[in-house]
Amino acid sequence: MHAFDYQSPSTVAEAIELMAKHNGSARPLAGGTDLIDQMRVGRLAPDVLIDVKKLDELNVLSADAAGLHVGAAVPCYRIYGDETVNSQYTALADSCHIIGGIQIQSRASIGGNLCNSGPAADSTPSMIALGGVCVIAGPSGSREIAVESFCTGPGKNVLEPGELLVEVRFPARPANSGSHYRRMIPRNEMDIAVVGVGASVTLDDSGQNFVSARIGLGAIAATPLFAEAAGESLAGQPVNDESLEKAAAAAREIASPITDMRGTREYRIHVTGVLVKRVLQAAIVRARGEQIDYCRGH
Amino acid sequence: MSAKRVVTFTVNGDQVEILCEPRQSLLEVLRDDLDLTGTKEGCSNGNCGACTVIMDGRPVVSCLVLAVEAEGAELRTIEGVACGSTLDEVQAAFLEGAALQCGICTPGIIVQTEALLEENPNPTEDDVRFYLAGNLCRCTGYDKIVRAVQAAAEKRQVAASN
Repeated sequence: MHAFDYQSPSTVAEAIELMAKHNGSARPLAGGTDLIDQMRVGRLAPDVLIDVKKLDELNVLSADAAGLHVGAAVPCYRIYGDETVNSQYTALADSCHIIGGIQIQSRASIGGNLCNSGPAADSTPSMIALGGVCVIAGPSGSREIAVESFCTGPGKNVLEPGELLVEVRFPARPANSGSHYRRMIPRNEMDIAVVGVGASVTLDDSGQNFVSARIGLGAIAATPLFAEAAGESLAGQPVNDESLEKAAAAAREIASPITDMRGTREYRIHVTGVLVKRVLQAAIVRARGEQIDYCRGH
Repeated sequence: MSAKRVVTFTVNGDQVEILCEPRQSLLEVLRDDLDLTGTKEGCSNGNCGACTVIMDGRPVVSCLVLAVEAEGAELRTIEGVACGSTLDEVQAAFLEGAALQCGICTPGIIVQTEALLEENPNPTEDDVRFYLAGNLCRCTGYDKIVRAVQAAAEKRQVAASN
């Protein structure tokens, strides 16, 4: 690996100052599971690594009236070990359970997953479905941006030199809500999504009609996508096969995947529809307070 | 620009202090500076799990940890699993069940199993396969590994209830 400097600031302000000072030649280091590998193969060669994983703000994992705060450096195992996440933001727990293996989950964070900006990132569709908002700190202050607007291309995002993703905030969950994430892979675990779908639904008190829904799609375009029209098509509709089929069709419509070793374009578009229905069905079951028949990784 | 720095941590209960460059991985330092060569290098990109060690109670792949990140950490490696010359239940079960062939993945798998049994003392076959998914073995076909892990778990359960 090339030679670089390592800094371990103790405050966010200090981290941003360091990031700004190095003007694009510094990279923040959280779990390092993408970054260290990319440096070893020579794809990235930053002069300085700024270790941000011990900063308090990036380690927050708590719920308050504003919703759930997940610090950008909180590792996956803490996320799926959290009671609030498991009971209310379940799609996020589903994602974190299948990012890499257990060793990777000890270090990898959803902030890193988002900033790495891979089109097939497993946590991004869940964050989109759950209405996540990125809180970004920078030399000229803080700003917020919806998760679905964060990635701009494969490996690219809206962060300017000197900016740091601090946390992702999720709105409080309404009553009768449920969510789920699932991906299609040819193996049982340790693979990259051929297609990944995260969905969140809110039902009325009867549990028979949709109040609202949000759907996030992965691995079917240059960035993870917010399938807004697919989610909106469900609002006010009864929970039945016809509504689900309409949402699946709307999701298929915005899918523009590439053909690669993991699957052809046609296959990915087909699987998008299948997964949207399955993931919605699971989210509906959870919204009704029931357990889904889902074995993580299968 | 990348001056060497002093890093202090504990390995298997012993306090150590090393001088390393930021670009050195924890795996390199364990093997080359501390002579703890039980931890193996496989892929060096986080896929194979051969270099698994326990860092502050969590299993990690030491090829994807910089040694400088281990400042203040408590590490446990394969060398810390046996008690003197007495193998622990997991090691013994791997021997008895012939759960290894070439052996290069074995230290990582045993360390990962220690982490699993700490978290879940009575894992199902599915639990074992899922927890060990980040440890690749090109020889055994995994069945004997899974059975050895469950045998070790059972032995510990029996020992704990006596």
